[in-house]
Amino acid sequence: MEGNTVVNTVDPALPDGRSTPMKRPMSLLDYANPSRFLSFADRVIPWLTGLTALVFAFGLSQALFVAPDDYQQGATVKIMFLHVPSAWLAMFGWTLMSIAALGTLVWRHPLADVAAKTVAPIGAGFTLLCLITGSLWGRPMWGTYWVWDARLTSFFVLFLMYLGVIALWRTVEEPARAARAAAILTLVGAVNLPIIKYSVDWWNTLHQPASVMRLGKPAIDSAILTPLMIMTLAFTLLFVTLHFAAMRNEILRRRVRTMLLMKAGRAPGN
Amino acid sequence: MNLGPHAFYIVGSYAAAALIVVAMLMWVALDYRRQLRMLAELDAQGVTRRSERAAGDVA
Repeated sequence: MEGNTVVNTVDPALPDGRSTPMKRPMSLLDYANPSRFLSFADRVIPWLTGLTALVFAFGLSQALFVAPDDYQQGATVKIMFLHVPSAWLAMFGWTLMSIAALGTLVWRHPLADVAAKTVAPIGAGFTLLCLITGSLWGRPMWGTYWVWDARLTSFFVLFLMYLGVIALWRTVEEPARAARAAAILTLVGAVNLPIIKYSVDWWNTLHQPASVMRLGKPAIDSAILTPLMIMTLAFTLLFVTLHFAAMRNEILRRRVRTMLLMKAGRAPGN
Repeated sequence: MNLGPHAFYIVGSYAAAALIVVAMLMWVALDYRRQLRMLAELDAQGVTRRSERAAGDVA
């Protein structure tokens, strides 16, 4: 992802420190500029879309036709290939929002609030998918669609928090003010992440303890673990593709907003 | 592929996943088209951002 760009750099050879155009390789930080990010996204999104489709096709073929049934759960183990990646990405989404919130509050990074705002609907989508698939998996395995145990409840709270952040972004019209309020809410909500992760260890829950992300070897056989990892990669690529596309949309939306304000300012009587 | 006695729950899960993924893809694609259309409309009305005007002046 490296190219060459012309940048103005202070030339130490010049006594008055005049800036001269010099060529240097582009770094990742250069993409923090919204215009540069737009051209980067335009180039990368088609490739990411193709790669995501390919990995999904391979992952689904492995999950549906190659992975064996579980000796206890039978074919319902196929729900895991949707449920587990969506759970991880739901939590990854909030983690990403928290990092972006720090970028907004501490460094006032130009793309930080754009990144935070656009993660929220995607994270909410994956959280909803996790809740639905978990419920549909729970009915045949536990005998109930839902129980208010610590894992399920804390995950439902995560979904409500996503909705809260989306509502906050839509309520405050001025983007910079909305970004600061959403950043504070996001950082407060990050307390829920360790609660979700360790809820199955701290409390007696109907939900099983960790099977993959745990000390020692995963408790899942490689015949099922491998398709799970491929599906996780596919969902992660989908998440990244959607996020880049949504960030591009948000930058364009802010340009439209600026232009509408300028148009309103030029109107007679202003 | 034999889904056994719990086929309803497995098919329901994959259908829900497809629905949510398609909804997110549609949201992003339709929003992109909408923003491009609005930018083109404003551009046609002669509204340009200051940075674009400055770039045009230099050029």
